[in-house]
Amino acid sequence: MSAQSATLKSKDELIAKWSKPEVVTGSEMLLRSLLLEGVDCVFGYPGGAVLYIYDAMYGFDDFKHLLTRHEQGAIHAADGYARSTGKVGVCIATSGPGATNLVTGIATAYMDSVPLVVITGNVATAAMGTDAFQEADIVGITLPITKHSYLVRNAEDIPRIVHEAFHIANTGRKGPVLIDIPKDVSANKGLFQPVKEVSLRGYNPTVQPNRGQLDKLLKAIEEAERPIVLAGGGVIYSGAHQELYEFIAKTEIPITTTLLGLGGFPSGHELHMGLPGMHGTYTANKAIQAADLLINIGARFDDRVTMKVQGFAPHAKIVHIDIDPAEIGKNVATDIPIVGDIRAVLQALNPSAKRANRADAWRAQIRAWKAEKPLKYRDSETELKPQWVISMIHETTGGDAIVTTDVGQHQMWVAQFYPFNKPRSFITSGGLGTMGFGFPSAIGAQIANPDRTVVSINGDGGMQMCAQELAVCAINNIPVKVAIINNQVLGMVRQWQEIIYDNRFSHINLEGSPDFVKLAEAYGVRGFRARNKEEARRAWTEALAHPGPAVVEFVVPRGENVYPMVTQGSTLDEMILGDDE
Amino acid sequence: MNRKHTIAILVNDQPGVLQRVSGLFGRRGFNIESITVGASEEPGLSRMVIVTTGSDRTLEQVQKQLYKLIDVIKVVDVSGNPMVARELGLIKVNAEPSVRPEILGIVETFRAAVVDIGPSTLIVQVVGDPDKIDAMIELLKPYGIRELSRTGVTAMNRGSK
Repeated sequence: MSAQSATLKSKDELIAKWSKPEVVTGSEMLLRSLLLEGVDCVFGYPGGAVLYIYDAMYGFDDFKHLLTRHEQGAIHAADGYARSTGKVGVCIATSGPGATNLVTGIATAYMDSVPLVVITGNVATAAMGTDAFQEADIVGITLPITKHSYLVRNAEDIPRIVHEAFHIANTGRKGPVLIDIPKDVSANKGLFQPVKEVSLRGYNPTVQPNRGQLDKLLKAIEEAERPIVLAGGGVIYSGAHQELYEFIAKTEIPITTTLLGLGGFPSGHELHMGLPGMHGTYTANKAIQAADLLINIGARFDDRVTMKVQGFAPHAKIVHIDIDPAEIGKNVATDIPIVGDIRAVLQALNPSAKRANRADAWRAQIRAWKAEKPLKYRDSETELKPQWVISMIHETTGGDAIVTTDVGQHQMWVAQFYPFNKPRSFITSGGLGTMGFGFPSAIGAQIANPDRTVVSINGDGGMQMCAQELAVCAINNIPVKVAIINNQVLGMVRQWQEIIYDNRFSHINLEGSPDFVKLAEAYGVRGFRARNKEEARRAWTEALAHPGPAVVEFVVPRGENVYPMVTQGSTLDEMILGDDE
Repeated sequence: MNRKHTIAILVNDQPGVLQRVSGLFGRRGFNIESITVGASEEPGLSRMVIVTTGSDRTLEQVQKQLYKLIDVIKVVDVSGNPMVARELGLIKVNAEPSVRPEILGIVETFRAAVVDIGPSTLIVQVVGDPDKIDAMIELLKPYGIRELSRTGVTAMNRGSK
């Protein structure tokens, strides 16, 4: 893999090289500041307002720049980079359309609390507000979807702003920070002085929990007869998977993990109940509805998890542990709120955590539910079932790949049939549900993890929203393995139209989409197609063995639905279980 | 239960801060009855006073969401304790010479002031809590109000709180 890069120097060498105070342009200050934050790759697309920045990058090879084919591809790649590593993802685009093309990606990162620093150019300060060519008020446009944003007015502010932006993006509840740099600011010269301290009076995330609240939780566990843990993305973002494992091992409380929480706890563990919510497992949903104690660890009671919120966990005392105080009580009234970093909370909790001793009958009940109604699907020997394809991908990657998905049925099937055991292995747009995210995010994940297998599983709809980035994989030999689950239809929309809209299939037909094998080949990427199990195994194995990027199209039937399903307006125990043979 | 709340927000005096705060109210569905902004006791910081209506739960969400803005330093529910709340209103009222004595009588009773006299109008300036301004407006309505402008409430807690 060679993403337009030379051999990187050691970090210390680079820091020494770029820390020297010197009079340079705003653009050079930006590059030095990024480097001092430990950036090793930025994803971007040049244009008029960032020409000075790109000029400064000419011959600058102390970090990589990956030229995507669309700004949306750049920001999703930066997102995949961030989610797979925990480091801040960085992308750059020009003013106006370049910046607005980032909007979906910024919102995606905001909804899923992903640390990004998004750099946009803008027209020169004097032209701002005049509707100049390629002018857009990107700070204004993105106010509701950024954790914070900066419009830079002086070049000498750049080192401080970049340092603050990285700090804000990757502490507390993480999220995207925008830095908008007018063209004249990137051209102006000033004294570059590295900034190492952050002083933000209005920003002090609470990390350590209140001891009194922890004691209340410990007492609640002792008293509970039907406790469960609902763990979310916060576990992964705070690096608390080991602490969570220890907590569950000590308390023996059954656990369900949200879409973004998958990988935060080993899926194969006997106390793991799978995914909760709209397409959650029978066991997880039944358990939530019957529980007398629900301990939410770093999830935000999203409506796809709670479904009808008035009937959610009706018997449970609710404990909510979150870094963001605004999440507590927002959707579900909370009995024991605990504000703090998940890892810090669990570290404080674990030494006193004891087995929930009154919950033996409950554990037996959970085991019985799991045995009674496991996730299943009706397999076929003539057709290729999408769920089978996901299981096959799991099997052939040893469950060890980083898997990105797009949005829709295939995403739910991956959540159900690819058991994740390690954090940061599953990358998916949960909150915003962004189609077109799956493939470019895999590029970022692969750049960040050159030695791991990165698989991107997409539908035939979402694949066509960012397919242009195949060029980036081919040119830079980024060996992402792309699976396209092709049912020739917008499957999740079809499913809703079938179940809720009385089979009125409105504008969902994707027949006549390009031949994905030829499309891949047109970009210089190996393409395969599979219509049955034998072809699927052979094509996929060959794709995995291929040293470069590959696309495998799996042709699956169009009528397959994701079950269980809880429709909107229903409570979690009102599950449609599907054609249960 | 929905109640009126008066919130004081100490913010960095930065471009765009008003937009961040008002935008947050808008998109989270919190109403703004009035908003005032001005300098605070500390250089570099401004104080906004917002009057909003909502349940206690809404108020809690408003406060928590405000604290998530990096430029917000402190949020105080002023109406949670004894407070002084004041607003200024300018009322341009029809005032032919024949009715002026009557109007001046009202103005005096309210300890308001006439700040401009035109050929057929007066501008009345009234300072007080919003109810007082409402009352003044009611009393001047029969003469014909030509123009009305209110500043919105600014407020602080009584005593050393």
